[in-house]
Amino acid sequence: MLSYAIRRLLVAIPTLFIVITVAFFMMRIAPGGPFDQERALPPEIEKNIKAAYDLDKPLIEQYAIYIGKLFQGDFGPSIKIRDFSVAELIMAGAPASMQLGLTAIAIALVFGVGFGTYAALRQNSAVDFAVMGIAMIGIAIPNFVMAPLLSLVFGLYLSILPTAGWGDGEIQYKILPIIALALPQIAYIARLTRGSMVEVLHSNYIRTARAKGLREKLVVNRHAIKGALLPVVSYLGPATAAVMTGSVVIESIFGVPGIGTYFIKAALNRDYPLVMGVVIVYAVMIIMLNFLVDMVYGLLDPKLKSN
Amino acid sequence: MSENTMTAKGLVNGLLKSSRALVFGTALIAGSMTMLSSTHAQAEKILRIGNDGEPQSMDPHFISTVQTSRISDDMSLGLLTYGPDGQPVPGAAESWTVSEDGKTYTFKIRNHNWSDGTPVTALDFIAGWERLLDPELGAEYASLLYIIEGAEAVNTGKEGAKIGARAIDDHTLEVKLTAPAPYFLAQLTHQTAFAIPRHVVEKYGKDWVKPENIVVNGAYKLVEWLPNVHTKLVKNEEFYDAANVPIDEVIYYTYEDRTAMQNRFRASELDVARDIASEQISWLRDNLADSLRIAPYAGIYYYAIRTDKDKFKDVRVRKALSLALNREAITDAVLKTGELPAYSFVPPGTGNYTEPAYVSWKDLPYAEKLADAKKLMAEAGYGPDNPLKFTLRYNTSENHKRIAIAAQNMWKQIGVEAELFNSEGKIHYADLKVGDFEVARAGWIADYNDAQNFLFLGEERTGPLNYASFDNPRYNELMLAAENEGDLKKRADLMHQAEAIMMEAQPYIPIYYYVSKQLVSPKIKGWIDNAPDRHLTRWLDIAE
Amino acid sequence: MMNKSEKTAMLEAAGAPVEIEGRSLWRDARIRLFRNKAAVGSMIILGIITLLAVFAPLLSPYAYDQIDWGYIQEGPNWENGHIFGTDGNGRDLFIRVLYGARVSLAVGLLATSVSLVIGVTYGAVAGFFGGKIDNIMMRFVDVLYSLPFMFFVIMLMVVFGRNIFLIFVALGAVEWLTMARIVRGQTLSLRRREFIEAAHATGVSNFKIIFRHIIPNVLGPVIVYMTLTIPQVILTESFLSFLGLGVQEPLTSWGVLISEGAKVIEASTWMLIYPAVFLALTLFCFNFIGDGLRDALDPKDR
Repeated sequence: MLSYAIRRLLVAIPTLFIVITVAFFMMRIAPGGPFDQERALPPEIEKNIKAAYDLDKPLIEQYAIYIGKLFQGDFGPSIKIRDFSVAELIMAGAPASMQLGLTAIAIALVFGVGFGTYAALRQNSAVDFAVMGIAMIGIAIPNFVMAPLLSLVFGLYLSILPTAGWGDGEIQYKILPIIALALPQIAYIARLTRGSMVEVLHSNYIRTARAKGLREKLVVNRHAIKGALLPVVSYLGPATAAVMTGSVVIESIFGVPGIGTYFIKAALNRDYPLVMGVVIVYAVMIIMLNFLVDMVYGLLDPKLKSN
Repeated sequence: MSENTMTAKGLVNGLLKSSRALVFGTALIAGSMTMLSSTHAQAEKILRIGNDGEPQSMDPHFISTVQTSRISDDMSLGLLTYGPDGQPVPGAAESWTVSEDGKTYTFKIRNHNWSDGTPVTALDFIAGWERLLDPELGAEYASLLYIIEGAEAVNTGKEGAKIGARAIDDHTLEVKLTAPAPYFLAQLTHQTAFAIPRHVVEKYGKDWVKPENIVVNGAYKLVEWLPNVHTKLVKNEEFYDAANVPIDEVIYYTYEDRTAMQNRFRASELDVARDIASEQISWLRDNLADSLRIAPYAGIYYYAIRTDKDKFKDVRVRKALSLALNREAITDAVLKTGELPAYSFVPPGTGNYTEPAYVSWKDLPYAEKLADAKKLMAEAGYGPDNPLKFTLRYNTSENHKRIAIAAQNMWKQIGVEAELFNSEGKIHYADLKVGDFEVARAGWIADYNDAQNFLFLGEERTGPLNYASFDNPRYNELMLAAENEGDLKKRADLMHQAEAIMMEAQPYIPIYYYVSKQLVSPKIKGWIDNAPDRHLTRWLDIAE
Repeated sequence: MMNKSEKTAMLEAAGAPVEIEGRSLWRDARIRLFRNKAAVGSMIILGIITLLAVFAPLLSPYAYDQIDWGYIQEGPNWENGHIFGTDGNGRDLFIRVLYGARVSLAVGLLATSVSLVIGVTYGAVAGFFGGKIDNIMMRFVDVLYSLPFMFFVIMLMVVFGRNIFLIFVALGAVEWLTMARIVRGQTLSLRRREFIEAAHATGVSNFKIIFRHIIPNVLGPVIVYMTLTIPQVILTESFLSFLGLGVQEPLTSWGVLISEGAKVIEASTWMLIYPAVFLALTLFCFNFIGDGLRDALDPKDR
């Protein structure tokens, strides 16, 4: 187990390096630069600015400078939000995104597994389809529709929650974004749970347990769920990462100060250092999460252990 | 009876006296508490503004977006500043004189202090300009001060260059210009011309703008900036006019999603929203009419044509394209937000100018314009069997798309096949700069209130900003003459002639003049709609 | 939007190797599929939507790029033929929803096919050769897994322009990873089966073995995955449209229509409702069909 862990970590380092390199060059190849805007800059000014940001040097040299600074822990300044360094922006935004993301996943787990199990136990019945239908609202309605709808209904019409904003981080500002983030995940997890639950319920060892005369509830809760949860566990890795980096849409519509908005906005603004910073954060998180998930999966799945 | 005996009378007297004291005391306490609480209630006037873009920096030299400049306008007092109606009024300079030839200005700087008590001097302004023009700083708007002698040389790194500004004494500032520029005073309201607190910048370097270090000479001071959340400013008690500033605190909330910002306004979570969701304008007019503010804004929306490409060299083609656009339909049916159709390049009412040079066919009915357009196209050799084909480029935005679709539709009537091409902002502008387009949408918002700030886009010497590559020798001549003309009337006339040439040639097809759109709660007093769209918080008040 | 592992797990469980015993197994599965009412209903609805999309021009008096100047951004009106109302430019919404169907369905199908081709080939090769080759190939997949996909798709759109074919390729390139993993897993267990050994023994080339024997046997999970990826892709395309990186005018897709509609939910509700309903229906249908297929191909359910 330990050697497996070490091997995985060793692989992670070159992976990260490749991610950084690909992201770096892709950003630079993209046409347009951070200073191309409606009010175009006179050439002398543009020259000065580019020099101030090392943007006039050859690409390879810029890359080397960037990697060098990275090793010293310097992610560089943001080109667009000049008073903050990339590290400061990410540290300011990460807590919000993570809070929302983790809560959303937790909620999605509870409801998703609940719905999925309930439906699986009544496979192919009307209840099955109804429950799954409701669960799947999350993936049938894109989040950039769901979010404004939630904001309108609960914020404006019913006035029970703020329409948007973050206040000082009080809980009422977090409720709608969390719901909006959780809904698609509830759907995926419900489907996953139902699918594998159906699997497991037909498997031999469940048949044996039933044949032995065990109570249905015990059968389900003790035996079936554990096996059925395996695919859910392996889904958790990428799911949490995707949710945690903050849905771009959710954060933008609800005015949540997370790092999700940086993702797209920084790319479209050609804010090179900020983009790189966010990409790195994302990559590190996914690598770590995948690693964690694989460990948990290994613990849960008896078949793997024997390998 | 001895004095020690409590008589009934004594008791009653005592009671009366003490109850009177009690009542009096209670009244006193109650009265002072009411006074205290009412002053307490009055003490906290907080203005909540929804800003439609995250600020770039609190350092005036690094600001290039209008959203950020709103915040810096509240914090800094330039030599001139924006008055309640957006017009330039004396700011840090209480008076000034201009030399005969219009090229030397002498400012008398009023006695006032930075927010840490240090006096503001002429040297602070010169330090600010020198820093702005330092090529190593990489300030985007440095060219705005090129009108000052030596500024361009300094900014382009020429050896031994110095700007033509000096401090005759602590409160007298003399500035020499390269040419008589009547717009120079207006330019001084812009954040590029602000002073910097030398003592703070020297001490902290780049970190001087952090809330714990920053020092300002304006009405408000930064106390907190949470990225993507808000920027909080509180009243600067050292401000020379602090007694007349009603609002104690102003918070700028960042909302790039216009609908989200609008919804917060509707829920009374914001007092002002600096932009609206334009697609919902009909709904807004019906439901929020008392808050909706639409006012002419100094800007022009136009299509630039590459006049050096073969298919566009014929002026008849360009004129036909311009004639065929039904601007009224675009502004009234497509946009509906009160923009005005544009038949000139300079918006009417622009400073130091006459009536704009409208095209001769401005008032013809559309049917006639269309017929003329068809005729011109035929003369130029285009027809149903030889349609004119080109690509119309625009950057990503709902409005740009809708206008482009309408234009495409209108041009179809004169046999033109325009293909639409949408790119995201950066790519669009990068390509515009290098001329990689055939016809492209562009816009220009005035930096200062003077016709030159629009017309320079047609001068050949302007370079990449002259998207159409328009090069008319007479035009260039006229603009150069205007630059060196001290007499305002003559100058305006020269520019008018130049604009007339441009409108004949149509390298830019003007489409509409911008409007500013915002939502302002009826509780806000002192918000005067104005063309520069400047509303400094110090002039505003909140009604209870 | 990321449920690759979901599918992997689900399908690894579902797709135990199916021997080529002829068509009887597929017929078996088909019977079970048709017993699934939701799946059948979904197929019918999808069929209707597809027909509507194909015959779109015949169904409306308006062309999809025709501007009705007197009726801009107005609601449904049976009298003048705008049964879904018009959009912000005065173009008929009904015909645009149908044309949007064409683009969305095409993007879904074609992008998924791209991911299919790349993923199946990659996975089969990796699983078949095993050992070091498999190791390297799968490590590469792991690396790609850690890339933030949205970012790269966006960069691709930005760098190479917004050609509709590029959208297919970009979205397909993003989805092939899980397919590859599934196919590789299947192949790994398959290649130890006797009939493969027999093929080896009789001297059939590796190439032929992969394409003639392995791939047909992994088709089950692959088909299920395809029907589950299509809605995924359609949603991703709508997200790209929301960011302004979708198809170019005058083409439109449900994503574009919904993005426009989301901005005017209150003011012009019809602009959102109609395309959203079509999108939601289509997504539901694909998902129910996929689930149905999974159930139908599940050997343990017999």
